[in-house]
Amino acid sequence: MDLFEYQARDLFEAYGVPVLQGIVADTPEEVEAAAAKIGGTVVVKAQVKAGGRGKAGGVKVAHTPADAKAVSVDILNLTIKGHKVNRVMVAQGAAIDKEYYFSVLLDRSNRTFLSLCSVEGGMEIEQLAEERPDALAKIAIDAISGIDLAKALEIAKAGGFDDEIAAKVAPVFVKLYEVFVKEDATLVEVNPLILSKDGEIIALDGKVSLDDNAEFRHERENLERDQLDPLEAKAKESDLNYVKLDGSVGIIGNGAGLVMSTLDVVAYAGERHGGVKPANFLDIGGGASAEVMAAGLDVILGDPQVKSVFVNVFGGITACDAVANGIVGALAKLGSSATKPLVVRLDGNNVVEGRKILADANHPLVTVVDTMDEAADKAAELANR
Amino acid sequence: MSIFLDKNSKIIVQGMTGSEGMKHTKRMLAGGSNIVGGVNPRKAGETVDVDGTSLPVFGSVADAIAATGANVSVIFVPPAFAKSAVIEAIDAQIELAVVITEGIPVHDSASFWAYSNSKGNKTRIIGPNCPGIISPGKSNAGITPWNISGAGPIGLVSKSGTLTYQMMFELLEIGISTAIGIGGDPIIGTTHIDALAAFEADPETKAIVLIGEIGGDSEEKAAAYIKDNVTKPVVAYVAGFTAPEGKTMGHAGAIVSGSAGTAQAKKEAFEAVGVKVGKTPSETAALMRGVIASL
Repeated sequence: MDLFEYQARDLFEAYGVPVLQGIVADTPEEVEAAAAKIGGTVVVKAQVKAGGRGKAGGVKVAHTPADAKAVSVDILNLTIKGHKVNRVMVAQGAAIDKEYYFSVLLDRSNRTFLSLCSVEGGMEIEQLAEERPDALAKIAIDAISGIDLAKALEIAKAGGFDDEIAAKVAPVFVKLYEVFVKEDATLVEVNPLILSKDGEIIALDGKVSLDDNAEFRHERENLERDQLDPLEAKAKESDLNYVKLDGSVGIIGNGAGLVMSTLDVVAYAGERHGGVKPANFLDIGGGASAEVMAAGLDVILGDPQVKSVFVNVFGGITACDAVANGIVGALAKLGSSATKPLVVRLDGNNVVEGRKILADANHPLVTVVDTMDEAADKAAELANR
Repeated sequence: MSIFLDKNSKIIVQGMTGSEGMKHTKRMLAGGSNIVGGVNPRKAGETVDVDGTSLPVFGSVADAIAATGANVSVIFVPPAFAKSAVIEAIDAQIELAVVITEGIPVHDSASFWAYSNSKGNKTRIIGPNCPGIISPGKSNAGITPWNISGAGPIGLVSKSGTLTYQMMFELLEIGISTAIGIGGDPIIGTTHIDALAAFEADPETKAIVLIGEIGGDSEEKAAAYIKDNVTKPVVAYVAGFTAPEGKTMGHAGAIVSGSAGTAQAKKEAFEAVGVKVGKTPSETAALMRGVIASL
């Protein structure tokens, strides 16, 4: 989960990372009050999880509370890269002398952590990495020893800081690493980290991504989250692993890899059937019981874009006869609310028994096809009618 | 021979007395695996009857090894306790630790992997978030259904559980030497490359199927490794061509970040080194049947 900028700011503050004042506001009136409270020049910043906010008009400087209110009216009407702006952060203005870059992140490739650092901050890090690769230090971080003050100084010097500034930024790096570890983050980035004209080091803008697998050990019930697509929200209530896509063939399968593969096979089949595409990713897991199958079908049939549904199950731990009973049970449970054709492909343990159960049930909406490729073709054909 | 596991493997189960642990201990026993005990500090000294087989419960992995000579541990411990379970297995220097648990925080995986490195990687770690490893007819350490395949000349390495099963089933008439599910998490112990190296050295393995998916660069690295080190024929499959950028597709590690980790890039990496890539699992199996027919 990626955090909003204001959430990253608040986390930094909680760990003693130097930040400027920042107050969130959802209306122009709240913006005005926040600007008055902070005093002086403020920056009104759209809170959306998208890059290029500045270019899109989502970041504006205001010198008075009335100014702040005025600019926020425009910002709160913006949609930036598909993200509607519902909230802004009113941030204290900063007198910037220098802009730096620091991050610590998960390095999958090397199965450890990595810190990136440069005395040349401010621009997008991808741009810096491309244009001035020598200016960007990349230091591997051992997951056990982490970033202590000595390591932080090493990072700062590798990033091009002179001794005086290195001594100032290093303790901040140590605190940012603390955020990274204690919050189970996969990314903590500060860009820019600034040296103010008063000689202070300040984290001016931050990006933090948190590991969803670690939610169980953090109290984040009150954290503002992205507004889910209504179908994604419904799937989440049933603990289903669902991702909404924009096609018309609903997909249900068991196992993440098999479902990803199913989406691909349906997209290939769609090339022969008017370009139809998969409508979603939905992994019902190894179990595939009638309850889970019904919950999954319920979500997919609630998607108005869906024209046909492809149920693709490999009967491994749960054998095909149990899966077939699950499908029959799910359709009985859904009754007249199941209205779209289902193409079912079963393979694996007890496949003969499973197919027989579906044949005996003889449900008017269900077509059983033996192979995954042929079933995908059938589902695409039905969606294109 | 087979890789990492054989008919002499003595398996213990960490978390055996939990519901998942018990369910799969039964399945492993039914498939002929030599399970010699379980580990649960709170039930040390007890004996559990598993479908007629009496299994001792030990207080620690070290105790279990001392009493039984176990050399493989399968770990079903819940996410919150998995890191200490793996570290315990490393400390006991067991040869192989298969981490089935899904949902382990990545900081914990990074931490036990760093710990393993600091101890010289004496324990091979498979997973986490994987189905484990099976050598049909010999042993099964994990949750792979044992009755969907038979012994044969194909080595299979995959990030995905169900795609592993699908491929084993499609190649049923030829058979598998070892199938290893390396797992779909961002940080895993055994990689595609480790499995390729072992298959290359295994005389029973004549050809290799490699299954990858979006996210990370394990497949690209495997392609480079194949070019320089693998003489046996390899056929590959990659899932996730239609996955949108920035969305996690089921597996914690299955995510395209910006332009990194796409299925297309992985496919191109394989094809650049002469590895044929199937468009669908069935086509991949057909390619492998062709390879076996021409051996």
